[in-house]
Amino acid sequence: MARVLINIPREIRAGETIAIRTLIQHAMESGYRPGADGNVVPRDILRRFTARFDDEVVFAAEFSPAIAANPFLSFTMNVVAGGTLTLRWEGDNGFDQTETRRITVA
Amino acid sequence: MKRLALLALCCLPAAAQELRSGFEDMARETQALQREDATNPAMLWVQEGEALWSSPAGANAQSCASCHGAAETSMRGVAARYPAWDEASAAPTDLAGRIAQCRTERQGAPPLERESPGLLALSAYVGLQSRGVAISPPADPRLAPAMSQGAALYAERRGQLDLSCAQCHDDNAGRRLAGSTIPQAHPTGYPLYRLEWQGLGSLQRRLRGCMTGVRAEPFRYGAPEYIAIEAFLMGRATGMAMETPAVRP
Repeated sequence: MARVLINIPREIRAGETIAIRTLIQHAMESGYRPGADGNVVPRDILRRFTARFDDEVVFAAEFSPAIAANPFLSFTMNVVAGGTLTLRWEGDNGFDQTETRRITVA
Repeated sequence: MKRLALLALCCLPAAAQELRSGFEDMARETQALQREDATNPAMLWVQEGEALWSSPAGANAQSCASCHGAAETSMRGVAARYPAWDEASAAPTDLAGRIAQCRTERQGAPPLERESPGLLALSAYVGLQSRGVAISPPADPRLAPAMSQGAALYAERRGQLDLSCAQCHDDNAGRRLAGSTIPQAHPTGYPLYRLEWQGLGSLQRRLRGCMTGVRAEPFRYGAPEYIAIEAFLMGRATGMAMETPAVRP
């Protein structure tokens, strides 16, 4: 399991637009770099990020080889009522990680 | 006479000027990365270190926490006092060396290699507990030889470019080397996340980078020369606030 940092505002009012910030540990090996032995290191990157709020996709992103290691993503969403935020990262070599966070409104 | 004094003042090396962390010279975006834990990628390693701190390892199934308890209290300010004298090896040791030693000798666990993810994670986690604490090298006379050896190494020209550390980081600190500002070289934030490395690295890795940069042969990881340079640099940065885990370009 890759280490993940997820930052969600602590107090959320109903109808508020909040910023979610995520950081995941991943090498994002571009597939263009030569290794120590001179051979090209095979590509190993994240391909897709999807954020769902109670089964509704609120944000999605596609990654390309030029994105730095340990990618940081920030997106905003409007919260009307509480629910579950599901964040999923998918990548090469079968990488698939899902994190869920409960969001409550005051 | 007055004029002479003024002349002497403006020719002082950077070390005698106001101490300035490399943080001040970074782009605003990079500063923002470091300023908040939610965006600081080094916090991924800290998270790993926190998990390692309380997970039992080795023959005795002891964790760091079994002896040291909560790192927040027991490790507060510790990183600001390294390198320190190690009784067992009768030599100065840095924080990573101490952690590695504790790991093999007290926990009886497989050794953590220099620059291995585990050792970096633990050093970052222990270092974090000293964030904001002023650097205060121990007043141990046994460390004096290492500090003076470090000072000599810092001032010694080396490599095919025939440059010493002091020629850039004292004489020309604040000026530019190609696109980047030359920092005063204060070890306030190690281990740190360097954007160039796209990962966490120790002070020794940074020193190694400078040495290959001037085309000198670097010392091996954990070499007493590195510890001596660190001891000198920490003495030079006395009073500066620890930033671990920092972010640098």
